[in-house]
Amino acid sequence: MSDPTPTRRNGLWLWLPLALFFGFFVLVMFGLLRPADRNVASAFVGKPLPAFDLRPAVPERPGLRAADMATGQPRLLNVFASWCIPCAAEAPQLAALAQQGVAIDGVAIRDRQEDVQRFLAQYGNPFARIGADDVSAVQLAIGSSGVPETFVIDGKGVIRHQHIGDIRAEDVPMLLEKLREAGR
Amino acid sequence: MITPLTFPVAPAQAGAYPTVAPVRPRCIDKESLSRPLPAQGRRTLVWLMVAMMGLFAATPATAQDLLPPAPYAYKQLDDPAQEAKALALMETLRCLKCQSQSIADSDAPMAGDMRHQVRERIAAGEQPEAIRQWLVERYGDYVTYTPQVRALTAPLFAAPLVFLLVAALLLRRRFRKTRGGKP
Repeated sequence: MSDPTPTRRNGLWLWLPLALFFGFFVLVMFGLLRPADRNVASAFVGKPLPAFDLRPAVPERPGLRAADMATGQPRLLNVFASWCIPCAAEAPQLAALAQQGVAIDGVAIRDRQEDVQRFLAQYGNPFARIGADDVSAVQLAIGSSGVPETFVIDGKGVIRHQHIGDIRAEDVPMLLEKLREAGR
Repeated sequence: MITPLTFPVAPAQAGAYPTVAPVRPRCIDKESLSRPLPAQGRRTLVWLMVAMMGLFAATPATAQDLLPPAPYAYKQLDDPAQEAKALALMETLRCLKCQSQSIADSDAPMAGDMRHQVRERIAAGEQPEAIRQWLVERYGDYVTYTPQVRALTAPLFAAPLVFLLVAALLLRRRFRKTRGGKP
């Protein structure tokens, strides 16, 4: 308005909205094309297990209390269910971990005794203890949002690592490393 | 990264999947086609239907538990005031299974268990905000739909104040100019 003749400075300012638009466009495309992470990580990693006391899910194994997990040695806490298909898929990996001397405790989510028994008979039983969590109370208390999930618990009963989803063969060395770290 | 999943399915389990009656092309042919079609078209249609029935037969059992819902998943609290408090809270908590729904909306078993947890705690006299914080401690801010003031979100809350301040300064300069300079 004050200066009717376009200067070099004004010319640059003219391009600014377009540049902003392209910047915004790139940002939106980046957000659209990047696969979103739908996993909700537990914010409870690094904190001690909350107190709980679960009845045995099957007569063959004792139930599970938070105090059972603080044994001085790191352990795995596997959140599973007989109705969960990836839980069956991770069974060989849990068996391999158990074979290497890893202590594994289980929490069966919303499960019936006969179903857990059938599941263990079919896919093996790597668990030292199995607690039955009928209303997902322990699952909510440790910030787990699905099955299967596996938590590394150190000797003092502190959650050190959370693995979301089934344990694949390539995850086994990582979990062993996390267990070693928790044991230090 | 998405990698294809393979699951071992034992023969014993395969029998447990719901299956429709044995598929016989002849009976479909006779019973479901009222108007005769040209031989070629009829054969195609029959095979299409067989393929569709095959799809139904192959539907795997859904990953859902057989346990009844938690006591307070679908049952209101007896005290209407407490129930209103619980409902107001449940409508602002995210279902972790169906992540765009609130736990009040979702039929996922886990949402039912979360409603049970909320109603039990409200009945025990806990404050809704304390229950929200209990969940945020475990799942992060993602679990609540109500905006939380954090270091990351603080600029959003500060922005309106900053804009007001800038507007006030600009207006002040403009008013001063009209009063002092021009007539």
